Amino acid sequence: MAEPLLEVRDLNVHFPTEDGLVKAVDGVSLTLAQGETLGVVGESGSGKSVTFLTVMGLITKKEARIEGEVIFKGQNLLDLPAEEMRHIRGTGLSMVFQDPMTSLHPFYRVGDQIVEAIRAHQPIPKKEAFKQAVDMLKRVGIPRPEERARQYPHEFSGGMRQRAMIAMALSLNPDLLIADEPTTALDVTVQAQILDLIDRLREEFNASVVIITHDLGVVAEHCNNIQVMYAGKVAEYGDRSDIYHGAHHPYTWGLLQSITRVDQPKTERLRPIKGLPPSLIFVPPGCPFHPRCPYVMQVCRVEVPPLLSADGKHASACHLPLADKERIFQEEVEIRT
Amino acid sequence: MRRILFLILVLFIISFLTFIIFLKLPATDPARLVAGRVSSPEILAEIRQNLGLDKPWYIQYGRFAKGLVPWPGFFLNEQVYFSYGNNVPVKGELYRRLPVTIALTLGAAVLWVIIGLPIGIVSAIRRRTLADRAGMLFALFGVSAPVFWLGYVLLFIFWFKLKWAPSPGLDVGESLGQAMFAGKFILPWLTLSLLFAAFYARMVRGNLIETMSEDYIRTARAKGLSERRVIFKHGLRAALTPVVTMFGMDIGYLLGGAIITETIFDLDGIGKYTIASIRDQDFPVVMAVTIFAALFIVAANLVVDVVYAFLDPRVRYT
Repeated sequence: MAEPLLEVRDLNVHFPTEDGLVKAVDGVSLTLAQGETLGVVGESGSGKSVTFLTVMGLITKKEARIEGEVIFKGQNLLDLPAEEMRHIRGTGLSMVFQDPMTSLHPFYRVGDQIVEAIRAHQPIPKKEAFKQAVDMLKRVGIPRPEERARQYPHEFSGGMRQRAMIAMALSLNPDLLIADEPTTALDVTVQAQILDLIDRLREEFNASVVIITHDLGVVAEHCNNIQVMYAGKVAEYGDRSDIYHGAHHPYTWGLLQSITRVDQPKTERLRPIKGLPPSLIFVPPGCPFHPRCPYVMQVCRVEVPPLLSADGKHASACHLPLADKERIFQEEVEIRT
Repeated sequence: MRRILFLILVLFIISFLTFIIFLKLPATDPARLVAGRVSSPEILAEIRQNLGLDKPWYIQYGRFAKGLVPWPGFFLNEQVYFSYGNNVPVKGELYRRLPVTIALTLGAAVLWVIIGLPIGIVSAIRRRTLADRAGMLFALFGVSAPVFWLGYVLLFIFWFKLKWAPSPGLDVGESLGQAMFAGKFILPWLTLSLLFAAFYARMVRGNLIETMSEDYIRTARAKGLSERRVIFKHGLRAALTPVVTMFGMDIGYLLGGAIITETIFDLDGIGKYTIASIRDQDFPVVMAVTIFAALFIVAANLVVDVVYAFLDPRVRYT
């Protein structure tokens, strides 16, 4: 197997606060191959966004205690000087955020904001950069891009703004696009369009993609691999069929059962996961999910389950024996999903 | 256009309130003021008749209101707007004093921007550092120090003790330019600007800190802009827009007369004129300076609205 594009090894991101140390990311590892789409799934506060903000260098050692390694194209980004890291943002890594309504600067024209991104890394004249910006807007499916580039963000709809954000993120042809809940703030019909667009552009630009989301349903068709996170830790990792057709972690089961399905008869109510995600200051001892887990055992309260692989790839951090996991999934989860 | 009509309405309301206050709370009989020492009941009655003080209130107000119409021949016309104390037309007196107030205000404005903005910016960027603490200590001092106290303290130190500063007040025959050149405005500028500099430092700091946590700042960083560009182009652009609004309003407010500063430093501007007219119960003058001050504030409002629409594309089409 070729060297992965991005490899995160045992990443810790802890924020010191007045109330105590917030362990937002606690021993997270992941790998991402060239051309792959990885879905990172978890509730709010599971550490999924913080992980990738750290990868982007947008959370720095000034604000948080960061340990571990972030290897991108053979370089450990955490050791890189700020100026070099700045250059990697935009050209190597780029990010699209959750809320397109607030992610563009309200006082600058959309086209100019893309021009700025281009010219931050390439010393080309403004006119040329503007042409490229218009071209990018066209490629993300914005009609009349010439005219739209001269408009302000408030003249764009939410979906159009997210397209513009994607155009900006891809304007320097980065190797990896990180989309942090790119569709959460959008209408359902627009959500599908944006995800399809990301899919198409990933091929066009030969980029890898990370889609961060709290909704397993959203990423079902778009991801090769899926990483489920809970309380700053990895709960489960596997490819699409591992997760959707044979998930091993009770938390993943909970997520699967919370997906609304429109293609099946409405026979049963949704089954939300009971309880709330834990505080990241006082993470429960043992498995962090144990207070909410319907299958909790004595060992779960004491011992942190390691992330163990069943077949060399599909891995989960749960004390349940493999046979039980498979049985419970088939009997209780799959029939409902 | 609707805005301008609205502003004119505001001016008339203000003038009417001023008029009512003087009509209902007469501390001195205006006629007595005009008459001076030699007054008999007959003379007073004659004066009252001349000034129209014997007429019903609406006629009286009407005379004053006519002087508010911004039209040559009407605006502060001499038939109504003259001092009861010395019969001098108000308009000339106002125009003669206006340059002093303008010089004081604009000089101070430049100063408080030069002092306040950098302190606010540095405090926001270097938050919780020594520089931030020092800046905010300065701001606290500036906000708490009363102008009348500060002015006298500065005068005491720099004029009375150290003899670095010239004596306050313009000499007879001294022009405004000469006075400025002689450094007579330095202490007044400092005095007047300190409070505003402190306010601006705080406001800029607060706005900038808030702005820097906005999503679009994260976007700017994510696209790989340098931190300097993120702060100065993306952060300040949004953080300073409300400051510009504030700036316009403050200038408008001060052009109506910086009463305390002008009094302390014996600068014969609108502020001193205002105080003197109120002390003498000189109604036409009070009315004129009130309207003048209101006019500046109202005009500043208008300018600020226009400028704001220019600065913030979101309000342009509403």
